[in-house]
Amino acid sequence: MTFDVASIRSDFPVLQREVRPGVPLIYLDSTATAQKPQSVLAAMESFYRRSNANIHRGVHTLAEEATALYEDARAKIARFIHAASPRQIIYTRNTTEAINLVAYSWARATLKTGDLVILTEMEHHSNLVPWHILQAERGIRLEFIPVSPEGLLDLEEYRRLLQQSPRLVAFSHMSNVLGTINPAQDIIRLAHQAGALTLLDGAQSVPHFAVDVQALDVDFLAFSAHKMLGPTGIGVLYGKAELLEAMPPFLGGGDMIREVHLRSFKPNALPYKFEAGTPAIAEAVGFGAAVDYLSAVGMDAIAAHEHQLTEYALERLEEIPGLTVFGPSASRKGGVAAFVLDCAHPHDVAQILDQGGVAVRAGHHCAQPLHEKFNIPATTRASFYLYSTTEEIDRLVDGIYKVKKYFG
Amino acid sequence: MDDLYREIIIEHYKNPSYKGHLDPHDYAFEDSNPLCGDHIEITLRVDAAGRVAEAAFDGQGCAISQASADLLVESILGKPVEDIKNLTKQHILDLLGIELGPVRLKCALLSLKVLKGGLYGLGETLEDA
Repeated sequence: MTFDVASIRSDFPVLQREVRPGVPLIYLDSTATAQKPQSVLAAMESFYRRSNANIHRGVHTLAEEATALYEDARAKIARFIHAASPRQIIYTRNTTEAINLVAYSWARATLKTGDLVILTEMEHHSNLVPWHILQAERGIRLEFIPVSPEGLLDLEEYRRLLQQSPRLVAFSHMSNVLGTINPAQDIIRLAHQAGALTLLDGAQSVPHFAVDVQALDVDFLAFSAHKMLGPTGIGVLYGKAELLEAMPPFLGGGDMIREVHLRSFKPNALPYKFEAGTPAIAEAVGFGAAVDYLSAVGMDAIAAHEHQLTEYALERLEEIPGLTVFGPSASRKGGVAAFVLDCAHPHDVAQILDQGGVAVRAGHHCAQPLHEKFNIPATTRASFYLYSTTEEIDRLVDGIYKVKKYFG
Repeated sequence: MDDLYREIIIEHYKNPSYKGHLDPHDYAFEDSNPLCGDHIEITLRVDAAGRVAEAAFDGQGCAISQASADLLVESILGKPVEDIKNLTKQHILDLLGIELGPVRLKCALLSLKVLKGGLYGLGETLEDA
């Protein structure tokens, strides 16, 4: 199947709109959240129009339909990341909640004062703050794999840190700022050799290239639906079955129990043990439709398209005088270009780009320590997905020249 | 374009008149906008009559935040310190001569927040002012 970006774009209603009369939307902010295809919107609407009911307890027709749709989506997601079983797919609110689930359940049951957790300097705040909280509460130690000036992890330093017998290595598969795709397989293998478990933040990887949890041998993987064409409000924690089974429950309430008495309860089996209360049912259905859409296009085709766009974007951006792009060369990164312009602040760049319909993000992108490392308060970030085009990158570059006219 | 980048704003951003740090000073305050990293410090010297004799701002950030700070500092020179308490959001918008959405309003108001927060411990409710 050839990759037909025009046909893909026609599946996304929002990409047809203008931000102002005569100014079409050029959406280059998919790293923050992806746009949604018609099939996802239709699946969610159909759920509410035809099948809306609470899941698992009801015996009426709608309750059975709703339960089947909710669980079918879980099975699709399991196949999408090559999990051995759907019961290893825990629905959460998002990547952040999935990481917090590991921090609150596994880590509080396992880690003692002085135990080491290894993170990296390129982490999103969602994979920093849960560990800061545990550091204050439990006295765990945190060490960080350094990031080189080119935006790559220093694996020599990682090997040295592993000699301190860490309990967990938690790291981003792909940086949301630098775009760096980290060598997850090597990092996980070395962690296991040192006796540590691994938690992979897949918020930026699972949407953009094929991720196989069994080939990676990763212990935990966290990701969000909304960055992969699905709705907001739902994400996933994947875990190895024996780990999830041994972990205490996270939130308590309905659906996560087998029995409840006035003074005690017995938790439910996986995955329900970790899904307290009525979950995001329509969102799960939408998530399943998003996975169907991505699978039909093909993750390898999507990754190849984004790679082409990234090469083109870096080439065009780097020819602009006074502009610096952060992160490694296109061969080591996904579809993200975070940059600074010497004459204008990232917010002003983003604001002027918006006048031309170009939607980019400005700020520290929830990675403040990384920006401190590079000694910059903020960057402007353009990011690409399966529906992005080289023409859109041209409009981005035109917009940056307009900024230079104002501020240069 | 765009009203948002009127010449006055670009001019005060590129060539601020009151950028610097007064040493010695009678008052020094600073604050940041945690969302975007804009940072403003304001230093003041006050005369015997309680009027702002000299003022300067320092910091980094977007054109809106830095131009606002320069214009604000200019606007308080010679004014009684007590009067600064009564400055509102509208004062900044009048100085800039533009309308701002909620995100950029935070940039514009940072310098006033620093000034009032430092002098009076105010500032939290500025956007409603």
